[in-house]
Amino acid sequence: MSLRTPLGRVLGYGAAHDGVTKWLQQRVTAIALAPLSVWLVLALLGLPTRDYAAVTAWIALGLHPVLLALIVLLALWHAWLGIEVVIEDYEARAGLRSLWLLLCAFALALLAASGIYAVLRIALRSGA
Amino acid sequence: MPERPLSPHLTVYKWTYAMTLSILHRLSGIALCLALIGLIVWLSAAAAGPAAYAAAMSVLASLPFKALIAIALLALCFHFANGLRHLAWDIGWGYERAQARRSAVLVVAAALLATVACVLLLFRAGAGGP
Repeated sequence: MSLRTPLGRVLGYGAAHDGVTKWLQQRVTAIALAPLSVWLVLALLGLPTRDYAAVTAWIALGLHPVLLALIVLLALWHAWLGIEVVIEDYEARAGLRSLWLLLCAFALALLAASGIYAVLRIALRSGA
Repeated sequence: MPERPLSPHLTVYKWTYAMTLSILHRLSGIALCLALIGLIVWLSAAAAGPAAYAAAMSVLASLPFKALIAIALLALCFHFANGLRHLAWDIGWGYERAQARRSAVLVVAAALLATVACVLLLFRAGAGGP
């Protein structure tokens, strides 16, 4: 039995009890991104040439579209967890804090959709 | 909101290596968010067709953008190395002051070396583009 009243619980005291979820998501996305980011950077920088044909052929090759879509999603999710903490730490005004969080969430969602769409478009065009 | 206790402000602490790397981790993370926007715009240009891709590459080949790509690679190498340091702490390794200092030096050295290697790859002759 808890001695806390229902009103006491909703007044904003105490932990939210889901803090560790985001902490864990940040670690899991970091571990997944570690090998993926090394692969992406070395593969892109190491391409023999960077003209349109070479780059789109590389993007469409084999499992590359899957890995690229994964990188876009994981990197944006990892970025969101970081941006969220930064905004919550440095913007003390509650209204503005919500506004920044909302704008960043929308921007990241737009980037996720754009990134996946771009990868699919290149892969499906070149692969067909 | 009710009045809550505040933790002491940053200015009361003596500045340490650990704090420098901590704030650099945040700064490099924010830089990487911008780099990620760049990557997705670049992918979108490639998806839009040869003309859009050529336009994007001519912008990326300009000196300010070359510098930005180099900075993004530095941010990535640092965030990567320091991120591994954080993951090591998460499994309980390296909390001793001497170990944390040594890993800080190691992170900075590894990040700088990796950045030099990446920038050499980026600017190598014959690849075209930036």
